[in-house]
Amino acid sequence: MAEEAQAQSAPVEAEGWEPKLLVFCCNWCSYAGADLAGVSRLQMPTNFRVIRTMCSARVDPEFVLRAFAKGADGVLVLGCHPADCHYIGGNYRTRRRIALLRVLLEQYGFNPDRLKLEWVSASEGMKFQQTIKEFDRTIRELGPNPINEE
Amino acid sequence: MAKIRIAQYWAAGCGGCDVALLDIDEKILGVAEIADIAFWPIAVDAKVKDVEAMPDGYITATLINGAIRNSENEHMAKLLRQKSALIVSFGSCACFGGVPGLANMTSKKEILEYVYWHTPTSDNVEKVLPTPHYKVPEGEIEIPVLYDTVYTLDQVIDVDYYMPGCPPTTNLINEFLGMVEKHVKEGAPLPPKGSVIASQKTLCDECARKRTTKKVEKIYMPYEIDIDPEKCMLEQGIICLGPSTRAGCGAKCLEGNQPCRGCMGPTAEVLDQGGSMLSALASIFAIGNQESQLSEDDILELMTQVKDPLGTFYAFTMPASIIKKKVKERKATTAPKEA
Repeated sequence: MAEEAQAQSAPVEAEGWEPKLLVFCCNWCSYAGADLAGVSRLQMPTNFRVIRTMCSARVDPEFVLRAFAKGADGVLVLGCHPADCHYIGGNYRTRRRIALLRVLLEQYGFNPDRLKLEWVSASEGMKFQQTIKEFDRTIRELGPNPINEE
Repeated sequence: MAKIRIAQYWAAGCGGCDVALLDIDEKILGVAEIADIAFWPIAVDAKVKDVEAMPDGYITATLINGAIRNSENEHMAKLLRQKSALIVSFGSCACFGGVPGLANMTSKKEILEYVYWHTPTSDNVEKVLPTPHYKVPEGEIEIPVLYDTVYTLDQVIDVDYYMPGCPPTTNLINEFLGMVEKHVKEGAPLPPKGSVIASQKTLCDECARKRTTKKVEKIYMPYEIDIDPEKCMLEQGIICLGPSTRAGCGAKCLEGNQPCRGCMGPTAEVLDQGGSMLSALASIFAIGNQESQLSEDDILELMTQVKDPLGTFYAFTMPASIIKKKVKERKATTAPKEA
């Protein structure tokens, strides 16, 4: 049995698959946090692409769905901490949307952990690094986006 | 003056679209005046071989309703495309997959096994499933092959116009027939290719209900409360797809005190009607000032009042959505919520 399971998971390793992560950062907190992580030379995986949006609430569910349809293995949405949103309540909307979107993704057959929401402030370069590291680990465990196998 | 030729074909749909065309009252006489019916299986006796014998582009306009779900649907759509100058994607199933499109939540295998083996009323001891080719003493029988995926019409053939609705309303049909008639009689130009014969706005623009707070407190099923016929459905806690749905139907369901279920599909600039509705609904929850105190679990509890987001937000548009079809993770999720 164990051999069989290994044989099944082997192709993933053999292909040299690297997860593609998409990170949406809000302009006011998380993008500055990412910048801080960069200028502080904090080490983290390099397989993520950052898209800056004015607010995490600018991340339309359509963006996330398109990212998965186009083969992203994981989507991370980063915004200001509760009560810290530059636009007062944008991050609350994001939080509600992402909660529901995760349920929807599960219905579509995706593991909902492929979509994650986290709060990263402008001073939290370290948290940005940790979040990326953890998310990368989660996605490596989940394997490639199943839509790529169709 | 030479008459134009029209045809209508019924693919994977319920037949309501065919009836909708018959349902345009006395206008049907106007149709007979300008057009000959070249092919319309539900109404006139023309066979597929008659269509095959027609020269290319012989039919002026063909209305195809229903999604594309089996080999026959696909063959007929391609044949009619070849024989017609104009193809109209008629009704929600042809435009977006419609209700049959929800079959993309599952697979051909699961559907056949459930229907032929596992329904409570099935007694199929030999485990017989439909086979496309079958030999009987009298000869060979062929039936169409069911596809694993439901497709929209424009995923299979080139489409000139779209007329959404379940079914398209009499007004929209008359509008289109009027355009074709004007084109034939007076040479008026037809709308540009790819036009959707409906409004460019959302249904809320057409809806007569009063909106005041634009907030929703709690989600209810329509049977759980007495619905106020004057007040916005969403404000009463009934999920209504109006904000993400194209107008053009005249908000008939809302006139009948029922929420919109989204049969007119997304508005022009939106790719994913469900995503659009999800976004809208999540935004209008009234939580008040204490939201920063709520935990992630509180939020999840709040949002999972929406019991079936996929089935609710994509009731008519799953094959036309961004994801299109259920996927299968290589590693099974630890605790699947949905069966």
